[in-house]
Amino acid sequence: MRSKKWYDYLWIFSLTYLLLGFVNILFAWLGMICFIAPLVISIGCGNKAYCNKFCGRGQLFSLLGGRFGLSRKHDMPKWMRSKAFRYGFLIFFFTMFFVMLWNTYLVFAGNQPLKQVVKLLWTFKVSWHWAYHGTLFSEGVAQFAFGFYSIMLTSTILGFVTMLLFKPRSWCVYCPMGTMTQLICKAKNVTKSQKSDE
Amino acid sequence: MKRKANVNTDLCVACGCCVKVCPKSAISVPDGVFAVVDSTLCVSCGKCAKECPASVIDIVGVHDEK
Repeated sequence: MRSKKWYDYLWIFSLTYLLLGFVNILFAWLGMICFIAPLVISIGCGNKAYCNKFCGRGQLFSLLGGRFGLSRKHDMPKWMRSKAFRYGFLIFFFTMFFVMLWNTYLVFAGNQPLKQVVKLLWTFKVSWHWAYHGTLFSEGVAQFAFGFYSIMLTSTILGFVTMLLFKPRSWCVYCPMGTMTQLICKAKNVTKSQKSDE
Repeated sequence: MKRKANVNTDLCVACGCCVKVCPKSAISVPDGVFAVVDSTLCVSCGKCAKECPASVIDIVGVHDEK
């Protein structure tokens, strides 16, 4: 077994991130790292080093499901592992992401008041006023934080449930970032093999 | 006939869970599209197959190359 590297402890970052959202919602902005880093790595290097090495959420699930034994370690149902579901979930996830950006814009533009709410599973509104202590910037900055944290918490809940029911890192199968970076790598490697054919 | 890990490359999600558990460093995800097994290193322990969240790794019999 290989020795532990610094990046094997990034699950601490993921856990801290989730907890900070209960303290001050503006910390939600840090989650942009989990969106930008995998894209930069896949576009720049043409690999999935983010998923393979650095993803703190994946490490957290493998720790909880593996070391702590919370996972049943059953196979996921076939439909959940299908490309149709993975690509479908990617489209759904990003549609909801753009809806969130639109709501942020409306608050920036002053057409909508700030809602101190975290929306779980795109449905359940949970009052989150205790984690809001004002912002030095526009209220839109806070609205984005509430919206982004909703996405992060929702996907953690989904990943946690599938961790319990199926394999520890079941989330990785339908993780929208993972699906997207795999598509980027596919596209990059097609052009790479075309270049070497020339 | 030897037994080796075999990846269903079409359904692999390239998450790299298999890479982390392989005791022989016989498996890698070189281009971020699917996992590749180095059959000269694989000892068919089955750890990767057990770990794989997409359940796309099987331990299969392969004929010896002569």
